[in-house]
Amino acid sequence: MTASAHMQAPDTDPGYNFAYLDEATKRMIRRTLLKAIAIPGHQIPFGAREMPLPYGWGTGGIQVTASILGPDDTLKVIDQGADDTTNAVSIRRFFHRVAGVRTTTRTAEATIIQTRHRIPERPLTEGQVMVFQVPMPEPLFKLEPRLAETRRLHALGDYSLAQVKLYEDIARQGEGGSSYSHPVMVNHRYLMSPSPIPGFDNPKLHMSPALMLFGAGREKKIYAVPPYTSVVSLDFDDHPFRPVRAPHACAACGSTTSYLDEIVTDDRGGRMFVCSDTDHCAENQMARKAAE
Amino acid sequence: MSALALEVAALSKRFTLHLRGGVSFPVLEDAALVLHAGECVALTGPSGAGKSTLMRCIAGNYGADSGHIRLRHRDAMVDLAAADARLMREIRAESLGHVSQFLRVIPRVPALEVVAEPLRARGVPRAEAEAQAAALLARLNLPERLHGLPPATFSGGEQQRVNIARGFVAHYPLMLLDEPTASLDPANREVVIALIAEAKARGAAILGIFHDSEVRARVADRLHEVRPLEDAA
Amino acid sequence: MSPILEGQDLALRFGAVRALDDVSLSLWPGEVVAIVGESGSGKSTLLRVLAGLMEPQAGRVLYHDAEGAAQDVHALREAERRTLMRRDWGFVHQNARDGLRMGVSAGGNIGERLMAAGGRHYGNIRAAAAEWMSRVEMDPARMDEAPRNFSGGMQQRLQIARCLVTRPRLVFMDEPTGGLDVSVQARLLDLIRSLVAELGLAVLFVTHDIAAARLLAHRIVVMRHGRIVEEGLADRVLDDPRHPYTQLLVASVLAA
Repeated sequence: MTASAHMQAPDTDPGYNFAYLDEATKRMIRRTLLKAIAIPGHQIPFGAREMPLPYGWGTGGIQVTASILGPDDTLKVIDQGADDTTNAVSIRRFFHRVAGVRTTTRTAEATIIQTRHRIPERPLTEGQVMVFQVPMPEPLFKLEPRLAETRRLHALGDYSLAQVKLYEDIARQGEGGSSYSHPVMVNHRYLMSPSPIPGFDNPKLHMSPALMLFGAGREKKIYAVPPYTSVVSLDFDDHPFRPVRAPHACAACGSTTSYLDEIVTDDRGGRMFVCSDTDHCAENQMARKAAE
Repeated sequence: MSALALEVAALSKRFTLHLRGGVSFPVLEDAALVLHAGECVALTGPSGAGKSTLMRCIAGNYGADSGHIRLRHRDAMVDLAAADARLMREIRAESLGHVSQFLRVIPRVPALEVVAEPLRARGVPRAEAEAQAAALLARLNLPERLHGLPPATFSGGEQQRVNIARGFVAHYPLMLLDEPTASLDPANREVVIALIAEAKARGAAILGIFHDSEVRARVADRLHEVRPLEDAA
Repeated sequence: MSPILEGQDLALRFGAVRALDDVSLSLWPGEVVAIVGESGSGKSTLLRVLAGLMEPQAGRVLYHDAEGAAQDVHALREAERRTLMRRDWGFVHQNARDGLRMGVSAGGNIGERLMAAGGRHYGNIRAAAAEWMSRVEMDPARMDEAPRNFSGGMQQRLQIARCLVTRPRLVFMDEPTGGLDVSVQARLLDLIRSLVAELGLAVLFVTHDIAAARLLAHRIVVMRHGRIVEEGLADRVLDDPRHPYTQLLVASVLAA
């Protein structure tokens, strides 16, 4: 990748280094990633750079993607499961412009999938890399505001606070309280925020053949789950973790197993449920057409 | 001769009032006293002679300046004057009962619990301890409706009966009684005299201060005069 | 039998101030000891050093665990010390805000130590929390309410329940009734007294309230200028005070 500048595709913007970041920064981030992979679930600080978009729009994820992207990669970007939302489109266009890489909306074709909020429905395979945009990497953040103390709790493996939070969720809201960012234990050692994915997606992290990388730009933290690593959602013996989805079939493809978005269709309370993963939904629809 | 229960020797006690310019006055000097199992000894002497001070030194409530206060505890003679707080607590729980002149009430604790407490401290189960406490309170004619109430609101005589029951419930081998009949009517005075006789009969040694000369004459085997220091000198 | 806790030759200075000046103190299993003294006497510092919350500059604190092993509290690794504090010890703060999680429900506050000890059964945790609310005379029906919904006295009860739920052997209390109305104080003292007797706890507590010391303590330790000036059986220290400072303390209280 050191010679990447020579390999830029013809329509790449010549004003930028390959994949926007300078090589020294990418090396720094790659070193951080190696450390993160070596200690699954453990947050590693890194020197996050200013990016040409505001915090909260995926600056952490973009820096991770930029650092691991090679000219032969195929990039997919999803936001809320969809490939066609503004954020997803912008990031895809950004990397096409500064790295000239192939982009796709097909999960099966992608080598790198940058995501906010979802893990694709199609099972990931070896060699694929998920890059998560993380607004708040610290799973104990709401429970213990002192960062020094949260670091100490991680070091000691003392996660009773997270259990207390779960207790509170169940006491207040009953079963399936926290539906997003449900904390997980990684490799039986570190408590990790899976980023704001729905609890429905948590099981997809467990023993996944794909590499999971998490980047938090504003908080300047990177963490990772290597392939085939145990990832267990926090729960109680008598209230086991259960991934929940809306109890409907997708209005577009008829899937009864995928995660659904609720869409309000009018202002008289009309609504419908469709797959949140647009690629998955399209595949289902094509398969259905082919079968007919 | 019965076994030695208490031996006070060369006991001195003086009070120094630092808030009054350090004025210091002796109350006991070279006091001595011997008490055997099964006997009752009454302390006599004019008021202010130091009877109560002597008794409170033996109870551990006042600290002795010098001398010895040996009493039988777990089959050995132990010197209270040198005992630390922990040993003193153990002795009070097992070997030394003290009926002070006034009940020190603990807010909101019912009379029955106050009386049962010495038994509970020895590990007697609650039900059994409270049954014994209730029987003793009944014998001292404390109406049953009062058993469940805190003694803070009781009359002086009622409080004193609770105090006596608390002192006698646990059968200590050595008992200190400071004016146990002072505020009692004749009927209850008789109960106390009977309790003392029973305690003696089971081998308890009793040291008492009885202003009531009739009671004193009926319970005491011996008198021990405590003289004011000026007279002694 | 050995003491449950031993402070040996403890010293701590804050600049020129000797907060602890060669203090030694032992606490025995089942014993309730009050540390009394005026503000600045070093009594709270002594409590915090003995409880492992503050490091002494000299001396050591030994804790004898249930198996009889002596542990140097300040030499323990942090993980071990935290485990000790949550499993074997409890600490009741004067200010409930220091001892409770104000954003967590009453039940969650009580359950935290159970969860820290590995409790993973929601139903059992709630049952234990309800039981302990009853034991400290709170309404278990209010277990999902936040601590701020409760009065000061009730918050202290909650703190006590939170400490006792794991059945510690040793409890530290720093002015547990400080800042409460007199009538509330009395009821709280009453509760502490009966729980301590029932559970056979060793308790070390700091107070400037002589009446509270007489009511709860078996033994009283009087501190002044960072030193222990007098100690002994509670009733003896209060009825026959020897040190000028103790006499002053006792004389300042009406009918303690």
